[in-house]
Formats: sequence, structure tokens, C-alpha cells
Amino acid sequence: MHLPCPCCGPRDLREFTHKGADDYLRRPAPDAPPEAWDDYLHTRANPAGRTRDLWYHDPCGTWIAVTRDTVTHAVIGATGLEDAQ
Amino acid sequence: MKRRATGGSALTRARKLGFSFDGRNLQGLQGDTLASALLANGVRLVGRSFKYHRPRGVLTAGSEEPNALLEVLRDGVFHPNVRATVQELHMGLQARAQNCWPSVRRDVMAVNDLLAPFLGAGFYYKTFMWPRAFWEGLYEPLIRRAAGLGRLPQTPQDAPHERAFAFCDLLVIGAGPTGLMAALTAARAGADVIVCDEDRQFGGRLLSDTGQIDGIAGADWAAQVVTELHALPNVRLMARTSVVGAYDGGVYGALERVALHVTAPGHAPRECFWRITAQRTILAAGALERPIAHPGNDRPGVMLLSAVASYWHRWAIDPGRVVVFGNTDHALATARALAADGMNIRAYVDPRTDLGTDAPFALRAGAEVVATHGRHGLGAVTLRQKGRDIRIEADTLALAGGWNPSLHLACHMNGRPSWDTAIAAFVPRPGMVPGMDVAGAAAGRFSTHAALHDGARAAAESLAELGLTSPDLPLPLAEDAPYAIAPLWQVAAPGRAWLDFANDVTTKDVAQAAREGFASVEHMKRYTTQGMAPDQGKSSNMGALAVLADATGGTIPDTGTTTFRPPFVPVSIAALGAGGHGKSFAPERRITSDAQVRAMGAPMLEAGLWYRPSHFPQAGDRDWRDACNREVLHVRHAVGVCDVSTLGKIDVQGPNAARFLDFVYTNTMSSLRPGRVRYGLMLREDGHVMDDGTCARLGEQHFLITTTTAAAGEVMRHLDFVQQAFCADWRVRLGSVTEHWAQFAVAGPLADDLLARVLDVPPALPFMGCAGVTVGGVAARLFRISFSGERGYELAVPARFGAALFRGLLALAEGMGGGAYGLEALNVLRIEKGFVTHAEIDGRVTAFDLGMAGMVSAKKDCIGKAASQRPGLHGPERLQLVGLRPVAHGTEIAAGAHLYAPDAPATAPHGQGHTTSVAYSPTLERWLGLALLRDGRARHGSMMRLDDGLRGRQAAVEICNPVFFDPDGGRMRG
Repeated sequence: MHLPCPCCGPRDLREFTHKGADDYLRRPAPDAPPEAWDDYLHTRANPAGRTRDLWYHDPCGTWIAVTRDTVTHAVIGATGLEDAQ
Repeated sequence: MKRRATGGSALTRARKLGFSFDGRNLQGLQGDTLASALLANGVRLVGRSFKYHRPRGVLTAGSEEPNALLEVLRDGVFHPNVRATVQELHMGLQARAQNCWPSVRRDVMAVNDLLAPFLGAGFYYKTFMWPRAFWEGLYEPLIRRAAGLGRLPQTPQDAPHERAFAFCDLLVIGAGPTGLMAALTAARAGADVIVCDEDRQFGGRLLSDTGQIDGIAGADWAAQVVTELHALPNVRLMARTSVVGAYDGGVYGALERVALHVTAPGHAPRECFWRITAQRTILAAGALERPIAHPGNDRPGVMLLSAVASYWHRWAIDPGRVVVFGNTDHALATARALAADGMNIRAYVDPRTDLGTDAPFALRAGAEVVATHGRHGLGAVTLRQKGRDIRIEADTLALAGGWNPSLHLACHMNGRPSWDTAIAAFVPRPGMVPGMDVAGAAAGRFSTHAALHDGARAAAESLAELGLTSPDLPLPLAEDAPYAIAPLWQVAAPGRAWLDFANDVTTKDVAQAAREGFASVEHMKRYTTQGMAPDQGKSSNMGALAVLADATGGTIPDTGTTTFRPPFVPVSIAALGAGGHGKSFAPERRITSDAQVRAMGAPMLEAGLWYRPSHFPQAGDRDWRDACNREVLHVRHAVGVCDVSTLGKIDVQGPNAARFLDFVYTNTMSSLRPGRVRYGLMLREDGHVMDDGTCARLGEQHFLITTTTAAAGEVMRHLDFVQQAFCADWRVRLGSVTEHWAQFAVAGPLADDLLARVLDVPPALPFMGCAGVTVGGVAARLFRISFSGERGYELAVPARFGAALFRGLLALAEGMGGGAYGLEALNVLRIEKGFVTHAEIDGRVTAFDLGMAGMVSAKKDCIGKAASQRPGLHGPERLQLVGLRPVAHGTEIAAGAHLYAPDAPATAPHGQGHTTSVAYSPTLERWLGLALLRDGRARHGSMMRLDDGLRGRQAAVEICNPVFFDPDGGRMRG
């Protein structure tokens, strides 16, 4: 499996570290209610189909949001986090 | 069987090769496989079957061989389950039969065959159930001894193996007529092509046929194409390479037999495991001939017709008197061609009634083989025609039950094939593996013309996908004979008819499984073990499926196939793990003082991938603790030197660097003045402590932060994430500089004296101060920080000067009554001071638990702050950091022991916490421990019972402040 790093091009899966769903990008305000923080930290969808999750390309230090399909395993694309918000 | 005087396209007659089988010295020829060499020597009995220990001979001429599994000597040990049909002969090869004792001809366990009525499908599930007490003492050891095919070498195998990676536009799997036509088409179009074939020679079935292409022998046409492909720079030909698995993203696993055919391979890799990434793939793996389940079909001398033809054409093996048992026009045509070439075919047997009349051998239409005869090898067959039994003397029975497309790889991503009634076989559906096209016989198109045509078509479609233009290539002329099959799955006659030769599964076993309720194909497989031998049922799955369908009254497509999984052929663990064991799996990171500390005799401890000195032994030490105590006292009373380069170092720069650090640390770093250092705590976003370390402000916009050794990578990833996800527009940049700097702790009352002799101009640094200095003119950094509780510094120089600086510091320290200290002493020093490491920061503790709640600034947001304020992360129910000491001074304690109230039983519900770190303190002359204890801070002064269930030890301990030594910090601040 290869993931497209915006910095380095398509690279082998073993160069990446997985973090989890792109929900982690949507950090609640510091004073958001506990429910919002609980949601942010713990509630995850488990989609059959298209999903977007976060990967770290260790050699270049770039975090990317990868759009992929959990059913077909197709990798549809990836962006740096600046463009992923 | 014997070798013919002439012929054999694979052979180099001039080069004779001596080899041995079961201790007998035999002779083969260059180009032989082990199977062909054995047959040439008249050896038909090559092994015993798995369960009944029946005599078995060679069935096939390819990697699908279920019978001829031998032990072959490689690198000094016998390797089991080597397929004789794949192993190429080399000078001095030693092979022996497996699964038999004392010899393959007189095998004691053959008694199992007489017990066969009791050993049918699922016998072990029924037989070994009772009495229950017999299981451990009798049944299990018995089964263990009898189980398994062959014996594994009992010593570690370190012969070289390799892994490699390749990329291409088009991967062509199989180099028969389909694959070669596809490769030629794509190669002429300029595509980057890889062609893999299992065989040593390219050509596939063309090597074993007499058919012509464009007016020349098929094998010659193949040779011409290979010559052209060889000359092209955009084509890589990989012989002896089995593609074993299809994976996501166009990735294929392939096993290359690099040096298994070489007598003395030396340093050459025995096998290489490839990962090939292809834009497009054409599966042209051909088809596998299937046997027919008739009584006695497992006797040595029973072979597939395709194998008989291969051995005849390629290795000049004369099968003697042959009876052919087939059910297709293709089988009859093959028999005719072989007879025309001089083979002694005595009869052609076919259940179909209309075979015509004109043949150079007896045509037995409407007939079936119902029995075979001969003890260790075939001597005669009995066929039944119109109710009459006819016995024919024969040396070889050639079975031709039709062909199964080799669609395995197309099914590796869980695609299910569809049933094609016309050829009575499963064929692939389009798009089962993205980017893969299946062509030729692998797609059920069996004639040579169809193969060539389909290869060209598949290549053209792949080229279009790749954006390349197909060359104008005329299609070579070849036969296009119809296949015409009348399915024959089992012969209805008394006697055992084998489906799975390797695992001894008969038609009766499959029918019995269905009767006993294991009627789904996946259940039948597991109940009978059909298809679970090394050949994975390549010659038996289809037959078993058909017999199961018959037994359950269903159709074959409704019964369905079992799941095709990688690998297509057995892959050795050595090849699969090549480059991934030992130091390749965990490379060593070495500190700059590595050579010096090893020369001093220090045992090395692993810290992640790093190696750090444990302690420095001296003559007269009773054990490591003597050395450790000495080193601790050096630091407490003189000066010690310790390599701390393994701590993670991250350089943070930019106008917004301070703001960024405020966001990732719980405490405030923006208020730090340049030239000062501050201890910092980082939380995970879930509110638990991630790591701790120091933060030095080297300049207004320049910080250097440290992490613990183990968490360096995690912290770097975390900081990059926070920066890129939440403050991408802030002007701050991060860089790991862990390996750029060698850093040494210099600690003890004489630390200043030592540094005065090292530094060109020693600065007067306050506690928690930092400054740029020079050491012999080399720019260095000095930090006045202490992890020992003594007046201490850390001195950092560019890594290339590390070894020299360590030698210099060490010499000076030893001259002052001190010396080097290792990881053990470092640990004792920090426990005496109650400093935490990842033994305490175990991922479950919070700042509150560590007594550092005050470090979470109320004035600003930071990562983890919101979650750290959740209910349940504060209060008396939390495990809190405490110190403990045994009431009796001499009592030794250990980390991991649990704490209970003095009178409470040592059971989980009564557990109050556990020790995280312990040490013998030479400073305080007693054992000390750090612990996480429920409501610990409120329990200072109370007595607890420490129960070390692992070592069976108990101790009464007193709970106390975790800072045992110099609690007000006067020594390090001073």
C-alpha cells in the first residue's frame, strides 16, 4: 500500500504512522462543554466506505489527511493538514 | 520408467550430476528436476502419504505437486516438504523420503492403512474424546508424534535470504503462450514490463507440447520471443519466481528461488522475497490438470497426462506401457500426439461413448478405470467397459480429468469466481483484483490460438490504461481445437478413490462429512482436512467440491469454493522474514561514548533502540550492585559523568515559538528568560501525562526542549501534529536534533571544579541556567540542570566531538575521586530524589497523580487541559505518587509488588496500588521505592503491606514523601 505524501510523493505504508480519524482536527474550544470534549476524544464513526484519517510521514515530518475507502482499500487522495481543515 | 536415449529439451546430456536418494547414489543430468532424475533412475516410490502411509509417487511436473514431498539437504540440515518437481538437480544433492520409518519401502506406520475404516474423516474429533483423563498423558503426545508432514530442522537457520522491491508498468504472471504474447506486445509498446514464471525455462505448456506456432515448434517460438524480450531494456524476465499473493494497491508478493539449485551457494541468497508494485497486471498463470477420483488412483505410476507429456518432452522420460484415462478431446489429442512421437500407449479410456475409431492405440469408449494393481508401483489397471472388467498390464496410468484455470491470484482479494459449464471449471470474473486482467488458460481459454489472442488483447487493454499505443503485431498462427469435456468427478466403483493425495482424503471422507452435517464447503474442508496440505488442494479442491455437491444434492456453483488465500505456493519463513530479524529488525543506536564504555567492561542495556551502559564493573566487585553503589557515592561525594545523549532533543525556533510551547506544555514557557531552563510537563489531549523534560530558552526566538529517551519519537510526532493541525499559520519551526548533539551529565559537589578545567571560559550559571560555551575552541552548550539532586550540569557538544569529550571528562572525574556512572546509578540517584520516569508516567497517570496539578497553568489553554479537568481524574480515588520504605531496613523490595492494608487479603479488590521503581540507596543505606497508591498523599506516615506475588515476598512498608534525599533541594540549587 502506498500513500501520497504531498511533500515526497507516493511512499510505502511502512514509512507512515497512523493516528486515527480526521475528527482530531476539529478540536473544541477550551471552554466547550464536557460532552463536546468527550465526543472529540472518544466518539468515532466506523464507516464502511469512504473515510478520512490522519497519518504522519516519519521521514519528512508531514501530517496528512488521507481519503480512502475501507471497503475497497482504495486510496483516493491525501492533503497536508493546512488544506484539510 | 527410464531415460530415452535422445530428446529432452531441458537436458544438457553432456553434464552428468551425481545425487543421492535415501542413501542410494544415483545419476541425473543437468536440467533435471529431482523428480525427473528419480524417474529416470526408475524410482517411482518417493514417499508415504500423511495419514495411511500409502506408497506415493510423482503425480505432476509442477509446483502443485501433492505427493513427491521430500527432505533435501541444504546448508547442513534436511529441509522437509521440498517438492521434487520444483527442486532442480545439482551435483551432490542429497534427498530422502519423509513420513516413513525405517524406510520408504518398509514403513511401519503403513499399518494405519489397515486401520483405515477407523481413521475416516474427523476420526480424531471422535476417537480422542474419552476418557477425558487420557488427553494430556496419552492422546496429545501420541498425536504430536504422528502429526505433521516431515520434520523441521531443530537448529536456527541463518543461511542468507533477501527481500527486494520492484516497480513496473505491467506485471505479467506466467510465461506460457499467453504471457509471452502479452509481454511482447507491451514491451514493443515501450512499457516497463516484468515477466515472472515459476519455471527455470520460459514457455509454459509450449515446452511440453508438439503443437506449432507460425509453422515452427511452440518451444522454438517461445525461445525466439524470450530472446527478443531479453534484449529489450524495458523488460525484466524473472525465472524461478512464483508470484504468491495479490494485495492492495497493485502490490504482489513473489518468491524467487535464487540459489536453491546451486551446490555451493556461498553467500548468495537462497531465496528472495519480492514486493512488486505494478500499475497493471496480466495473470497468465495457465491451468492445472486435474486427476480423476477412481479406486486406487494414488498408486505410484499414476500421473497426470500433462506430467507424462512434460517428462517425455522436456526430460526424455519413457513412462513404459501407458494407459490414458481422460474425458476431453484435448486428452485424446494429447495421447495421439504422444503416440505419434513414439510413446507406448496401450489404451485410451474415456467414459464418453463416441471417440471415433482411428487411433494407434485401443480406444476404450464408454469405459472407466475401476482398479489399479501393484504393491509399490503400478503393474496393471482394470477398466470396466459395458459392465465387463478388462485388465491391462501398464507401468503408467495417465489421468486427464480436465483443466482448472489457475485463477488463485485473482481471488486473493476475496473475489469469488463464476462457474463455466462449457469447461466444467471455475473462471475469474472481471475486476476481482483492481488493475488485474486474467488471460488465456487462466481465464478458461484453452487453445493455443485463444491464448495468443487473449494475451495480445489483455496487453492492448493494459497499454490503453497506461496511455501507451499498442504496436501493430500480427497474431501468430496456432491450433484452435475445441476442448469438449464430459465432466467425470468420481468413478462409481468399490474401493477408496483419492481426492487429496497429500492429506489422504477420499471421496468417502467427503461424503461422510456431508452425512455428518459438515455440508458447507468450508466445514467439509476443515472436517476432512481436504485442501489443507502444502499443495493447498490445487489438484483436489475441484474434485472434492463436485463430490460434496453430489453428496448434498446441490450444484457445483451453489456449493461454491473455499476461500483462496496467499501464498500460492509455500513460502519459507526465512524468505518472508528476510531482512527483518535480529539487528535488521531492531538496529542499534549507539551513543558517541559507546566504544569507550564497552572497553570499560560496562554491560549495555537496551533503551528503545539505544544501548546505554548499565554500570562500570571493577575488580573485587561482588555483583553489579557494588559498582552501582560506588557510582552513586561518586556523585554524592565527588563528581560523576554520565552520557545522556539518548534524551530526545527538539529545536524550536520562530517568532511564535514561545506561544507554541505554551500551548503544548502545561506550564508557561513564554515567561522564561533567555539563558534559563524550566522543567515542563506535556499532556496528551485526553488529559494524561505524555512526557516530561526540560525547556531551555537559548534566545528570544530559539528554544531547545528535551524528551525522555523512550518518548522522543512520540513527542516529535505530537508536536508536529499540534503545529500543523492547530497553528499552521504560526511562525514556528521544529526539528529533531537528538543525534546532532552528544550530551554529558556532570554531577556532584566537585562538578564546578571539573568544568573549570574543561571549559575555555567557565560561566557562572545559576541553577536552571544555560549558556553557550566553548570547549577547546569548539562551540558547546552548558545547562545547569540536575537529575541526580546534586549540583549538576549537562554539557552538549556536536556529536562528532562526543567521544573525545567523554574521555576528557572521565579522566578529570577519576582524578578527582569520581568517575563514570551508568544507567543503574542514574536510576538510584533519581529515586532518592523522587524524580519520575516512564516507570511512573505509564500512560495512565495525570499531573494531579504526580502531585504536579499546580503545573497546569490556569491562565492559558494547553493540549490536554480541558480533559485533565474531567471528573474522575482528581481526588482520593486516584492512585497518587508516594515514596515507601520497608520498616525493617534490610528488607529487599521489588518493583511491581502490590500494596494492601496490613490486614487485608492479597486479592485484587483490596489492592491499593503498586510500586513503580525501587532501589537500594547507598546514600541512605536502605531500600526505597516509589509507588502509585490510592489517595497516597493523604497516607504519608501510614503502614501498608507490600505483597510481591511473583517472587513470593512480603514486607511491611511505611508510606512517605517521594523525595527521600535533600527534600528542600539545597544541594542542587546551592
